[in-house]
Amino acid sequence: MPDSATQARDAQASRPGPGVTGGARGFLHDLDYSVVQQCIHCGMCLPTCPTYDETGLERNSPRGRIALMRAVADDRMEVTRAFGEEMYYCLGCLACTTACPAGVNYAELFERARAEVERLGVLDHPRRRWVRRLVLGGVFTRPRLLRLLGRLLWLHQASGGQWLFRKLRLTRLLPAWLRELEPMTPPIRPRFSDRLIRPIEQPAGPPRRRVAVLTGCVQDLIYPEINRDTVDVLLANGCTVVTPPLQPCCGSLHAHNGDLANARGLARAMISLFEEERLDAVITNAAGCGSHLKHYDRLLADDPEWRERAAAWSAKVRDISEFLVETGFRAPRGAAADGPGRVTYHEACHLCHGQGITRQPREILKTVPGLELAELAESTWCCGSAGVYNITQPEQAAKLLRRKLERIAAVGPRVVATANPGCLLQLQNGARAAGAAYAVVHPVSLLAAAYRAEPAD
Amino acid sequence: MKPAAPQEAGPPPDWLEELARRLPAGRVLTAPEDLEPYAFDGTAALRTRPAAVVMARTRDEVAATVRFAAERKIPLVGRGSGTGLSGGSVPVAGGLVLCLARMKRILEVDAANLTLSCEPGVLTAEVAAAAEQAGLFYPPDPGSMKISTIGGNVAENSGGLRGLKYGVTRDYVLGLEVVLADGSVVWLGNKCVKDVAGLSLKDLFIGSEGCLGIITRLLLKLVPKPPARRTLLALFGSMEAAAETVSGIIAAKIIPCTLEFLDRTTIGAVEAHARIGLPTEVAALVLMETDGHPAVVEEEAEGMATIAKANGALEVRVAADEAEALRLATARRSAFAALARIRPTTILEDVTVPRSELATMVAFIQATAEKHDLRIATFGHLGDGNLHPTILTDETNAAEMERVEAAIGDIVDETLRLGGTITGEHGVGLAKKPYLRSQLGEEGHALLRRVKAALDPDGILNPGKVHD
Repeated sequence: MPDSATQARDAQASRPGPGVTGGARGFLHDLDYSVVQQCIHCGMCLPTCPTYDETGLERNSPRGRIALMRAVADDRMEVTRAFGEEMYYCLGCLACTTACPAGVNYAELFERARAEVERLGVLDHPRRRWVRRLVLGGVFTRPRLLRLLGRLLWLHQASGGQWLFRKLRLTRLLPAWLRELEPMTPPIRPRFSDRLIRPIEQPAGPPRRRVAVLTGCVQDLIYPEINRDTVDVLLANGCTVVTPPLQPCCGSLHAHNGDLANARGLARAMISLFEEERLDAVITNAAGCGSHLKHYDRLLADDPEWRERAAAWSAKVRDISEFLVETGFRAPRGAAADGPGRVTYHEACHLCHGQGITRQPREILKTVPGLELAELAESTWCCGSAGVYNITQPEQAAKLLRRKLERIAAVGPRVVATANPGCLLQLQNGARAAGAAYAVVHPVSLLAAAYRAEPAD
Repeated sequence: MKPAAPQEAGPPPDWLEELARRLPAGRVLTAPEDLEPYAFDGTAALRTRPAAVVMARTRDEVAATVRFAAERKIPLVGRGSGTGLSGGSVPVAGGLVLCLARMKRILEVDAANLTLSCEPGVLTAEVAAAAEQAGLFYPPDPGSMKISTIGGNVAENSGGLRGLKYGVTRDYVLGLEVVLADGSVVWLGNKCVKDVAGLSLKDLFIGSEGCLGIITRLLLKLVPKPPARRTLLALFGSMEAAAETVSGIIAAKIIPCTLEFLDRTTIGAVEAHARIGLPTEVAALVLMETDGHPAVVEEEAEGMATIAKANGALEVRVAADEAEALRLATARRSAFAALARIRPTTILEDVTVPRSELATMVAFIQATAEKHDLRIATFGHLGDGNLHPTILTDETNAAEMERVEAAIGDIVDETLRLGGTITGEHGVGLAKKPYLRSQLGEEGHALLRRVKAALDPDGILNPGKVHD
């Protein structure tokens, strides 16, 4: 039955082994071909893809993008500017991965396709190159520098500098593209995680487990109190908590934006930092990081020196909600009257699609006294944050945000819970712009508040 | 392993600009990055990049496109969501794809006459949801209903999980608006339950696989929504016991709406995807669903459970609620694609036999797998005799693909010997074309070609599909 027009084949022998990826033949050529072949183009992913939903064009769908990647791997198509733009139009939300019965590893395909786009420079532009070098290579590989910049930005915001800057309309001095981003600058917190969390903290009773907490990079600057809440919740559940004050970025930003070399470097740094510790688990509270951290094994699979260490690492990484439910966390005691009331839960893509975690955050929320969990329609549909997507593709991101805010408004909650700094920021910005009254918080913060409110006995 | 690079079609044809001029801006896609994703449908191992894709929004745009193709004698392939499983919407080299996925308005739900009118790009699931909102029911539920278009369903005369009791798409079409091969537009049908005014011409286009015309509007029949529903899962230690249970249910004059079965391999693949706790150790699983009046549902569910147990079912589980029933049906719908987890290429067959021959056919498929040293998973609609033996293989292994061809030949021969059909619900397209003549006979096949020649004398509509 196969059509003769399409069926010429060559042998495995003509292909290099899995070896060094991104070598002379490119990231898509060096990929194990079975990963591309896994897509049988049944189309089950289409209705779950936000970009296909927007345009109705196959190239904007997961199976369309995989077809383009396969065409490149088969040498039937060049990596063009249009190819590059398509790969960056994809949100990387991985809703397709949840929908895919065939188990296609879209995350890997997507990362490699973007890496190939960068390797060949089809989207190259002086400003883009400059921003990428500065952000991916400069700031987000240097945690001290990142904190320093965070400190300066905080000073700028707290001193009234930002107010003055805006008032005097000095923003006009910025190039147009930067001017548009300026209002999206997140408010930096006065104290970062290292000032809120001691390197080792012990629970009140005898410790049952020893875990590490990852403080993240962006999270550390704008949501350090979520890290504090995470540590508190772990302490309340009998964990000794190890939190190194200076931690590298996990590299998800790099891996998702075609910079696999820096992503690998950061992964090695991260593994090294915690390897000496005898840990039962490594805890992350940022869905985007967690989804990437769990795949260090895949990221370093071709590195003989690091393969096993990465596999051991991946086996230990847990999202906070996953860990709490797995270890049988304690339900907080307290009166319903003091609770947060009506809460709805927006699922961060990289928690529900990236890690398959949907039940656990809800189980946690349901234990909070006085919390009424009201389900959100389309709770697993991307909010448009998608890493830096709201910066790189503002138009599409805004459409997704609008859709999300409409769904939230239909529920009418007092609080929206979501477990990723990107989503938190996106929804907080959106709610403020829309004049909405609800708060947007991390589920672990609601649990931490409930523990703190427990009556003394 | 990967195929060698085949040559893509040569330079773009000179008519692209003229076509673009005849349509509103943005309708014609011509960039390779836009075309490559339209080179295939849901069928394995078929791929041809078209010269252009037209994303039509209205009937008039469809008619203009068909007229243009007729003038220039350009092959034109209609397409919805591209989920077909017989290659029906795979492009023809150098030709056009006319995509109707953006014509997605539901025009009317008429609760007084129990009808729904819509454009062809509406998704099957959206038709079902619109019916349900009015307290009505659109029964045909092909496996891909979440993304398949209703126009595609009619063009392929799709079946689904409920065929046994409710029939197939054809049974729910009251009227069609069709753009004919010369670009003229015809409306066929009405809201009447009875209509014998001349030949039932709309029926020509149902299951015509895009070879006779392009459907641009549909009038569908709805039925009252059954007030009750019960879903059961019966587990078996052997395929024979499962098949006998189904025979027993039919013999007891119970017509449930669904009798689906999965073999061990399929159960494992589905469970790996859906993770809903299906038992992966059993030889076969039968998903049974009855709907209708609550008292009847109760009685039929009990009857089916008793018959299953009498035939040696290891266990009969009853779905606790709608949500669990839905999870089970959704998991079943993923069976075909989930099988891709096992080997790189999944070649899905669609043979259907009279129900009395099911046990023979199932046993024959098992024997065929052994004979040709192949792995064949089988699932399907046991209640209506429609089986989906799925060959798990690797398209890059030439020797194995030869054995696959031989096995398909054997299965087709046996199907026809038992009085069956080579395709129950997927259509002939490219995949089943080599076997159609054996089923229809010379005269039948010639008649089919005469009908085609009468309606599409220049052979521009989906040429090379169904028959040469």
